[in-house]
Amino acid sequence: MATDAPPPSTEQYHLPSTEEFTEVQESAEFAELRHSYRSFAFPLTFAFIAWYLLYVLLSNYAGDFMGTELFGNINVALLLGLAQFLTTFLIAWWYARHAAAKLDPKAEAIKSRMEGGA
Amino acid sequence: MSPVTTLAADAASEHRTLIITLFAVFVAATLVITVWAGRQTKDAADFYAGGRQFTGFQNGLAVSGDYMSAASFLGIAGAIALFGYDGFLYSIGFLVAWLVALLLVAEPLRNSGRYTMGDVLAYRMRQRPVRTAAGTSTIVVSIFYLLAQMAGAGVLVSLLLGITSDGGKIGIVALVGVLMIVYVTVGGMKGTTWVQMVKAVLLIAGALLLTFLVLLKFDFNVSDLLGSAADNSAKGSAFLEPGLKYGATGTTRLDFISLGIALVLGTAGLPHILIRFYTVPTAKAARKSVIWAIGLIGAFYLMTLALGFGAAALIKPDEIIASNKAGNTAAPLLALHLGGVDSNWGAILLATISAVAFATILAVVAGLTLASSSSFAHDIYANVIKRGQATEKQEVRAARWATVGIGAVSILLGALARDLNVAGLVALAFAVAASANLPTILYSLFWKRFTTNGALWSIYGGLITAVGLVLFSPVVSGKPTSMFPDVDFHWFPLENPGIVSIPVGFLLGIVGTLLSREEPDTAKYAELEVRSLTGTGAH
Repeated sequence: MATDAPPPSTEQYHLPSTEEFTEVQESAEFAELRHSYRSFAFPLTFAFIAWYLLYVLLSNYAGDFMGTELFGNINVALLLGLAQFLTTFLIAWWYARHAAAKLDPKAEAIKSRMEGGA
Repeated sequence: MSPVTTLAADAASEHRTLIITLFAVFVAATLVITVWAGRQTKDAADFYAGGRQFTGFQNGLAVSGDYMSAASFLGIAGAIALFGYDGFLYSIGFLVAWLVALLLVAEPLRNSGRYTMGDVLAYRMRQRPVRTAAGTSTIVVSIFYLLAQMAGAGVLVSLLLGITSDGGKIGIVALVGVLMIVYVTVGGMKGTTWVQMVKAVLLIAGALLLTFLVLLKFDFNVSDLLGSAADNSAKGSAFLEPGLKYGATGTTRLDFISLGIALVLGTAGLPHILIRFYTVPTAKAARKSVIWAIGLIGAFYLMTLALGFGAAALIKPDEIIASNKAGNTAAPLLALHLGGVDSNWGAILLATISAVAFATILAVVAGLTLASSSSFAHDIYANVIKRGQATEKQEVRAARWATVGIGAVSILLGALARDLNVAGLVALAFAVAASANLPTILYSLFWKRFTTNGALWSIYGGLITAVGLVLFSPVVSGKPTSMFPDVDFHWFPLENPGIVSIPVGFLLGIVGTLLSREEPDTAKYAELEVRSLTGTGAH
């Protein structure tokens, strides 16, 4: 059964049982981890998709506004497009910071306890 | 043949030795890497996941190399050169899409799967039906994507060597096919990853060089560059505003929205991108890869503005169209013009940029082939046909044979798609991925109630809707730019099916789940949820 064999690993670890997984899933500690992940990732996903769709719709139906020249040949459309780049970079950075501060410590605590077999 | 194509071919033919040398150097270097990687490929984890020992940065580079395809380089530059601002939507959509992968998919996927997208989709479902579905959609999405890369390869060769005969083009497509078979069968994921890293560096360096030269021509005044592009395009300020390609009618506007949705939701459902996250040791490293990829890909797409508008400013639009109807040759032509059409520099730059584009195609094609043959071997052969009883050796052997098969199929399909814009073709792969794969990935990870039935409805429903609508769209028939221009069986008005097929995929997942009497496997979901968020059991 090659496909079900554990992947090669140099460290020894305990593979938790189904009961242990269910127990952890129902624990307050895991609920907190799930909450700090979902309450960050889900609203942010809706927000950036909405902002992106707004940009697509403006391009489509607000041509005059998008064509407004701001300085030289740089118009609103180009600036909003570049703003999409900027927000993408910022969101990526923000999530990385949130994950390192709020998610990783909780996830690692649960993982090492479960794999420690305690 | 048009004047500029002839010029390019003349310039190219004088320097054919140089071009062939550059190609040969790249091919030889990548073959050495491949053989070296192949020697270190001992077990299935090496073949499928490169031993999981790449760092976040290395994988970020490889992800960029896997993602920035001929569509990004040739397709977007061409779309901007011909349609101005409307081409830029591709750059934006292709980049913003990475946030879906970062926030929702990359880390949970790394934690819960092993080799393929199917590992995650089938985690808490009945294995055989869901893996069959996941394998089918992996192969279909990858073949759509392959088609675009092969079209790009054909275009490059006709530009460089002045080959317009079908025999010559098929020859080069066959060469690409054979190389990709060698990369994947010999080097596995390890070899493919290194090839993608090398390519990413070459592509970014090439784009930097062209961007620098374009900006130099305009004294680093971006406004002047845009102004010249608008003037030279003969479209005036409309060239810098949205609407030139998609603003014509209500239908084309709808097509623009459809494309926009497909681009932003497609990335996180592309199997060849998803399996890259298995090559790193932890979810944290997977996150780091995506952050690096966003930085590198974002920088590259910013440069596509300079390439596209630069080509529009320096080359007459008729010349671009004459060389390739869809604008796919704008970037190499730009290189020729920047160096000087009649000078050695022009020819050298053309050869260099074309070699970079060729490298780009090879690396992406290898990634696609690996994704589809892995899925065939791991999902369909090992878990469906052999019911989980195949040995690791048998599985990897099946993957190698599948590579040969998929290589052959893509060589056959390669000749069909020559005159379609490669960015448009890739957008179709994105639409199929967003319709068939993304809903099931998200429901599997986040929706407790989701069942096998829901997964099957969503995957097959999304897949059939997306592919079906493409089949009856103007991309395939009914227009001079279609794949089959002489027949007309299209009734779906849009070129991109996303606006219909993506909601269908998401809805069918819900309907299929609610209609099935099957109880969701809550214990398995507990395991998946804990595992995906904490990495417990993932090594």
